[in-house]
Amino acid sequence: MDFLNAIVALSNFVLVPAIAYGSQLALGALGVTLIYGILRFSNFAHGDTMAFGAMITILVTWWMQSAGINLGPLPTALLALPFGILGCVAMLLLTDRLIYRFYREQKAKPVILVIVSMGVMFIMNGIVRFIIGPNDQRFADGERFLISAREFKAMTGLSEGLAIRTSSVITVVVAVIAVALLFWFLNRTRTGKSMRAYSDNEDLALLSGINPERVVMVTWLIVAALATVAGVLYGLDKSFKPFTYFQLLLPIFASAIVGGLGNPLGAITGGFVIAFSEVTITYAWKKVANYVLPESIAPDGLAQLLSTDYKFAVSFVILLIVLLFKPTGLFKGKAV
Amino acid sequence: MIVVEDIHKHFGGFHAVDGATMSIKEGSITGLIGPNGAGKTTLFNVIAGVLKPTSGRVTMLGEDITGLPPHELFHKGLLRTFQIAHEFSSMSCRENLMMVPGGQSGETLWNTWFGRKRIANEERALRAKADEVLEFLTISHLADHKAGQVSGGQKKLLELGRTMMVDARIVFLDEVGAGVNRTLLNTIADAILRLNTERGYTFVVIEHDMDFIGKICDPVICMAEGKVLAQGTLAEIKANEQVIEAYLGTGLKNKDQLEAGA
Repeated sequence: MDFLNAIVALSNFVLVPAIAYGSQLALGALGVTLIYGILRFSNFAHGDTMAFGAMITILVTWWMQSAGINLGPLPTALLALPFGILGCVAMLLLTDRLIYRFYREQKAKPVILVIVSMGVMFIMNGIVRFIIGPNDQRFADGERFLISAREFKAMTGLSEGLAIRTSSVITVVVAVIAVALLFWFLNRTRTGKSMRAYSDNEDLALLSGINPERVVMVTWLIVAALATVAGVLYGLDKSFKPFTYFQLLLPIFASAIVGGLGNPLGAITGGFVIAFSEVTITYAWKKVANYVLPESIAPDGLAQLLSTDYKFAVSFVILLIVLLFKPTGLFKGKAV
Repeated sequence: MIVVEDIHKHFGGFHAVDGATMSIKEGSITGLIGPNGAGKTTLFNVIAGVLKPTSGRVTMLGEDITGLPPHELFHKGLLRTFQIAHEFSSMSCRENLMMVPGGQSGETLWNTWFGRKRIANEERALRAKADEVLEFLTISHLADHKAGQVSGGQKKLLELGRTMMVDARIVFLDEVGAGVNRTLLNTIADAILRLNTERGYTFVVIEHDMDFIGKICDPVICMAEGKVLAQGTLAEIKANEQVIEAYLGTGLKNKDQLEAGA
């Protein structure tokens, strides 16, 4: 019984949150990795792109809520998501037209594009704060829990409860659908193959008659969709605050780099590696330990390796280790 | 067919191509020779739209094509291959060929979702064509191998195969024979001759192998230090004093110099 309680406690506080967080990071990292692979620069504006897409979704959600449109037990935000994606697409295509295209025509070095993307980041950051404000925004509605802790205890008779939040389940389901669509697209469709070809060997792709501007445009479309989905899911699961999205850049880049920049499969793996490390290292193991270990050696303290305030340090350390020992990442990424 | 007028390409202070002028006849196989650093590949890059010239003009059938991007030149029938073979390494040889030509209907997002039948038909035709090309190049057995894993010579064949996927008008081959063994070189030479006579491709070939040049090329243009040194049949070129000085050299001359030095 103690053992079961330990497993339930572990699932409740570590597994479920880490899987949800991992899916969000994976979606974010996929966007970063696609831009790196195809447009050949690290996009520092990605966190704020997520915030922008999420912001549009939130505004539409609020409007829908006020107009009485809802999805019953599911959050209204899912209904507003397509509008958010459209808004984000418009924003990214506009930035590409106004800013990135100029540098592409100059054949600017990746490092210049990185700096350019930082400029874009500051501006997007400003726009988001200007429109929705710097504060926490709540937009989640519908059923909060699929199974609440109390229901679970009543159902199983265990003393530990397992709460499964609707947002966690939605996160995982949406992430799985998005990733499946993306991989089908990249591997099976002609457009996806042109993107891979362009990423693999730009010169040859051009000389095969592939139109680079079209590849770039499709890339931005996909990145906008991924970023908005990631941003909305993160907002539903936690809350929406522009600054948090800026902070997400570090774990997102860490995920993409751990998996191997430019490799979509790597981005997903990286997302889960980072999420699980972050959650397990900042979790207070006292409860689980008390169930599993005999009383004599059970810890008195919290058995927490690192305070949650330091969770970003975890991504940072993992990033350092990977860059030191396996710079191309777990899966072989590409170097520009 | 192609007229190159006074092309200059400078990289900072270095004049890679320094006033090259030449014209390429339709239906010919023109050989482009010259010492390393003569600007042959740079000139190719300028013509094929990879580099923009500092000054000068390139026309194709009377139309100004200076500085057009490579994918647009491709659709005008101007193709090139690379000195060091390029390939989409994570795709199979057949898929590599099937990437050509660009602008297929499957490349628009709309058709990806709503034009599936059309794409399927197109891909079937492309696949048949790719298999035909592989057969022609005697590398059918490599169809499903990853292109990144086949040998250097086979990659060169694949480069040539890429130009056969469309009805090209003029193909620029950059050292198609470099690092390729004799047997394979003959295969390549035969393929070039057949494409020239059967399908009317015009070729411009950069090559250092004089036997290969002698077998397929007429006329031959020799470049040195960014300029065109001489143009004519291989025999004329071989007899040209300047060319001998700059590129071919003579055993005798070297011997004289050696003796003089000693």
